[in-house]
Amino acid sequence: MQTIHIKINGKDWTGPVEDGETLVDMIRYRLGLTGTKRGCEVGECGACTVLIDGVPNASCMWLAALADGKSITTIEGLTNEDGTLSPIQQAFIDAGAVQCGFCTPGMILSAYALLKRNPHPTREEIKVALSGNMCRCATYEQVMEAVERASDLLAAAVVEKE
Amino acid sequence: MMYSVKELYRPETLTDALAYMAEHPDARPIAGGTDILVSMRKKKPEDVLLVGLQNLQELRGIRRRDDGTVEIGAYNTFTDLANSPIIAESVPMLRTAALAMGGPQIQNAATIGGNVCNGATSADSAPGLFARGAILVLRSAAGERRVPITEFYDGPGRVKRQSGEILVSIELPAYSAAHYGDCYIKFSTRKAMDLALIGCAASCGVAEDGTISDIGIALGVAAPTPIRAVEAENFLKGKRLTADMLEEVGNLALANAKPRDSWRASKAYREQIIRTLARRAVRAAYEMAGGVL
Repeated sequence: MQTIHIKINGKDWTGPVEDGETLVDMIRYRLGLTGTKRGCEVGECGACTVLIDGVPNASCMWLAALADGKSITTIEGLTNEDGTLSPIQQAFIDAGAVQCGFCTPGMILSAYALLKRNPHPTREEIKVALSGNMCRCATYEQVMEAVERASDLLAAAVVEKE
Repeated sequence: MMYSVKELYRPETLTDALAYMAEHPDARPIAGGTDILVSMRKKKPEDVLLVGLQNLQELRGIRRRDDGTVEIGAYNTFTDLANSPIIAESVPMLRTAALAMGGPQIQNAATIGGNVCNGATSADSAPGLFARGAILVLRSAAGERRVPITEFYDGPGRVKRQSGEILVSIELPAYSAAHYGDCYIKFSTRKAMDLALIGCAASCGVAEDGTISDIGIALGVAAPTPIRAVEAENFLKGKRLTADMLEEVGNLALANAKPRDSWRASKAYREQIIRTLARRAVRAAYEMAGGVL
């Protein structure tokens, strides 16, 4: 058992984690943030994607203790204080990019990280940025559309909470 | 998922890490964790001692020395490699390799040191490092050991890292030729999130008169470990490349290969890919170095 200190969606958190505990389990079971999904658990599907210091990472492939000192953003961190959705979340709904929804949080976080460093990506750049996120419902076309929509919306207003 | 980790030690300095490794010979270094955690799932639970390398500044950074040697800290993620101006200028094939490995999430976590120490013949960084004759710098409490990467792989998933050792950095000796070019080609059935069916790297130093002064050709997944295509290299040294010679380069590259049948691809198919990639990689490296066929 070790004590770690992280920033989670902008808030400080200090607490105990087991040495062999994964970051995704810590996020789901210690912090109760179940938006982050546990999929393949071998770093291939992208469902567990979170941003670590702003960069997409597979939280199933991180031991929680190794995230000590890091700033972590989950899908919950993109929602506004009053519970309303951020432009990128709304864009996924409007484009019909959510079918079963299991891949959606990871998709949105990968897209969010992309749009932060490249506000107007080409379709090819979107494909590369989302290449580590699988959708078993095959909504890829709608996802591409959603990211393009979000790019337009965010050009108007960037909502940030980290 | 709860891994059977007896202790995860997180040292702040390399000295502390090496002291711990000396006391606990079975301790395993963990960097990005993307290979080691997957391997721990497959194995029967055992109480593993892990040493987290995340805080060791001694393993970071990419430098180019005055003599042209490129020194890559073992703890550089594939994203670090892809973003490095030094890599883009001096060893662009490593940038290609970094962007061909896994998806963005894995590129952001996995390190070049881990890729080497994991010992996979399919490691995307391996062909480029083999072609350039990389020297691995390993440290233990007892001191430093320098090993050519071509002597480091011991078999599938096995390397000659001794207990108590941590890979600190990877050095690429400079080519002395007037012009340099290189190329890495990964052949896989999918463009993303797939292992190489065959990987081929070529690096080439070309003199002012167009003759090849330095040449490295290396293959991944063509044998149980990455290999140098020595026969093809010897054939090319001191010559000007012509289109006719490329056929022979492909055939000679096969001489050092021992591809196998597997569910991924047949031996015959892999042989065809080896011939083709060797030809293409050598040509691309030669042309990048200003050579004209």
